[in-house]
Amino acid sequence: MDATHWYGRATLWWTFFQISINERLVYRIDFVIGTLMRFLPTLTQVFLWWAIFDAVSSAGSADSASGPDGKIAGYTFSGMIAYYLMVIISRAFSSMPGLTTGIANQVRNGEIKKFLIQPVDMIGCLLVQRVAHKLVYYLIAALPFALVFWMCGDFFVSGWPPPDVMFVFITSLLLSFLLGFYLESCIGLIAFWFLEVTSLTFIYMLLNFLLSGHMFPLELLPTKPIDLRGFVEFMPFKYLAYFPAAVFLGKVEGAEMWRGLVMEVMWVLFFILLSRWLWSRGVKRYSGFGG
Amino acid sequence: MIALDYSGSLSFSNLAQTRLLACKHPIYNLAMSIIEINHLSKSYRVYQKQEGVWASIRGLFRREYREVQAVRDISLQVEPGEFVAFLGPNGAGKTTTLKLLSGVINPDSGDCRVMGHVPWERENEYRRRFALVMGQKNQLWWDLPAAESFRLNQHIYAVPLDEFDRTRDELCEMLDVTHLLGQPVRELSLGERMKMELIAALLHSPEVLFLDEPTIGLDVVAQHKIQQFLKAYQEERKNTIVLTSHYMKDIQALCQRVVIIAQGSIFHDGSLDDIIDRFSGDKIVTLQIGGPDEVFQGLRKLPNVLEVEPPRIKFRIGRDDVARTLSDILSTYAVEDIVVEDPPIEEVIAKVFTDAQGGQVDDESHPDIAGVS
Repeated sequence: MDATHWYGRATLWWTFFQISINERLVYRIDFVIGTLMRFLPTLTQVFLWWAIFDAVSSAGSADSASGPDGKIAGYTFSGMIAYYLMVIISRAFSSMPGLTTGIANQVRNGEIKKFLIQPVDMIGCLLVQRVAHKLVYYLIAALPFALVFWMCGDFFVSGWPPPDVMFVFITSLLLSFLLGFYLESCIGLIAFWFLEVTSLTFIYMLLNFLLSGHMFPLELLPTKPIDLRGFVEFMPFKYLAYFPAAVFLGKVEGAEMWRGLVMEVMWVLFFILLSRWLWSRGVKRYSGFGG
Repeated sequence: MIALDYSGSLSFSNLAQTRLLACKHPIYNLAMSIIEINHLSKSYRVYQKQEGVWASIRGLFRREYREVQAVRDISLQVEPGEFVAFLGPNGAGKTTTLKLLSGVINPDSGDCRVMGHVPWERENEYRRRFALVMGQKNQLWWDLPAAESFRLNQHIYAVPLDEFDRTRDELCEMLDVTHLLGQPVRELSLGERMKMELIAALLHSPEVLFLDEPTIGLDVVAQHKIQQFLKAYQEERKNTIVLTSHYMKDIQALCQRVVIIAQGSIFHDGSLDDIIDRFSGDKIVTLQIGGPDEVFQGLRKLPNVLEVEPPRIKFRIGRDDVARTLSDILSTYAVEDIVVEDPPIEEVIAKVFTDAQGGQVDDESHPDIAGVS
C-alpha cells in the first residue's frame, strides 16, 4: 500500500479518536462519580484485611496491641493494602466496562450493519474508541488517584522499584489494556453465534474476579487438592490484575518476571488473532441469520 | 484497477468486456445494468426461545428454529439513473433484498452484481460507491453534533476536503438544516435527524443509493421536504436510487418504476399506472345532476354506489361498462358534470397485497373488484 493510503488511514483513526473523546466528555459528571466510586470496594477490603490480620496476629502472639504485623501468604498487612491499590491501577488499564455487551447489542439490534456497509474496520474503531475513553478516564481520575496514593504512601514499604522493574511494570500495564480489550472483544463476538452473551459474560467476570488476582493475591489460591495456583499461571487472567501489581511490589522478579512479560505478549497476540478469526467467521454467520 | 463509468448508458466497450470476463460473470448482457439480480433466494432461521435464564443456558446446546423464506427467486435489472421503488406489505422481503444488495447478508442461492461487484464480498472498492439509509436505524453519533459524524464519514470514505465542504454545504442548504449542524443529534427532531442521516449517506456521492423507509414516522411536511429533496438530488446527479416505502405519496412523487414484492417474490414490475391498469378493472364515476332530489332514487339502485350527496352521486363501475352506463344515464338525467377517475392507488395496492397474501395470483382472471366493494 502506498503512502497516501496510510496517511488516509492515520487521519481516519485520528478523527475517530478525537470524536470519541468529544463523545466521552459529554458525560463528565457521570465519569467523575464513577471514578470516585472505584475506591469504595477497596476501602471495604482494607477493613476486611485489617480484621483478618488482627485476628491472625492475636491468635499467634500475646502482644496484639502493637497492631497487625504477621504475614499471610507472604504479605504483610501493608503489603496487602499496597497490593490492592496496585490492582486498582492494573484494572484501570485492563477492565473494559461495556465492551462485551456493547458488541453483543450491536450484533443483536443490527447496528453492526454500519461496519459491514462502510469501508471501516469495527474492531479497529472499538480499539481507538477505547483508547480515547481510557485517556479521558485517566485525565479525570489522575487527581483522586494521586490523592489516594499519597495518603497511602506508607503502605508501600519498599518505595519505588528499580528502572528495569518499572519498565516491565509499565509495559505489562499497556499490554494488559490490549489483553483486556481483545479478550473481551472475543467474548462479545461470540454473540454472532449465541446472540445472548449475558450468561457467558457473567461466567467470564466470575473467573476474572477469582483468577486474575482482583479479589485476592493469587498466592492465596490453593495448591491442593487441585493446583489452582499452578493452573492460573497458564491462564490469561492473571495479566489483567495480578501480574502488573506483583511486578511493581517485587513479588515477581528476575527471569520469572521477564517470562511473564513474554507470556503476556503471546496472550495478546493470541486474542488479536482469535478476534480477527471470530469476526470473519461471525460476519459470514451473521449473513446467515440476517437481523 | 479498471474503473467502470456508469454515469451514462454503458456501451459495450473493450474496457467493459475485460471487466466482465475478469469477474467471471455468468451472464453476459450486452448492455450491463447497474444492478443485476438473478434468481436470488434467502431464507432465515428464526430462533424460537422461551423466557428465563435456564432456557438461555439450555439454548446454548439445543435450539428450535423456524424457517422463514424472505426472498424467493427474485430476478431484476436496474439501469443507471433509475429511481425504483420496492413496495410491499410488512415482511414481504423488501428490506431483505436491500440487505442483500448492500452486502449485509449472503444469499442462499442466486447471483447479484451491483456496479460489477458482488455485494456480499464487501470489497472496500464497492463500499465506497454506495450508501444505505435505514429510516429506523441511526448511523449518526447520538451524543455529538451531526457535523462530527459528517467529518468522520469524510475520512471513512476518503473524500477530499474541498469536495466534502462543497457537498456538505450544498446538501445542508437543500434540506435547510445548516443551522442545526452544531446541535447534538439526540436533540434533533425525527425529521431533522432523518435529513442529517441522508446527508451523512450522500457525502461521498454514492453512485447507488439504497433507502429503506426513509420517511417512516415523519410528519407530512418533513415527508414532503425529503421527497422534494430526493427528487431534486436525483435529477441533478442522475444516480441510481432504490427505495422501499409504505407511503404511496413517496412513490408517486419519486419513482417511475415500482416493483411490488409480496411473500418474497416479485409480483409486479412496472409503472404505477400499469398497476392500476393491471389490478383494478374499475373506474370511479362522480356525477352532478340537476333537478329535484327524487331523481336520485333511480340512481341509488345502481350497484356499488359509494356516496350520495345531492346534487352529486359517486359510484364504482367496471371499466368495460363505463361507456354504456354513462350513455344510459346521460339519456335519462340532466347531467351537469361528469368525473371519471381511477380508484385511489392506496386501495389498489391494498387489494394487490391482499391478493398476494392469498398466494394465488392469476393475471387473466382477477376477481371482480366491483363485486367486492
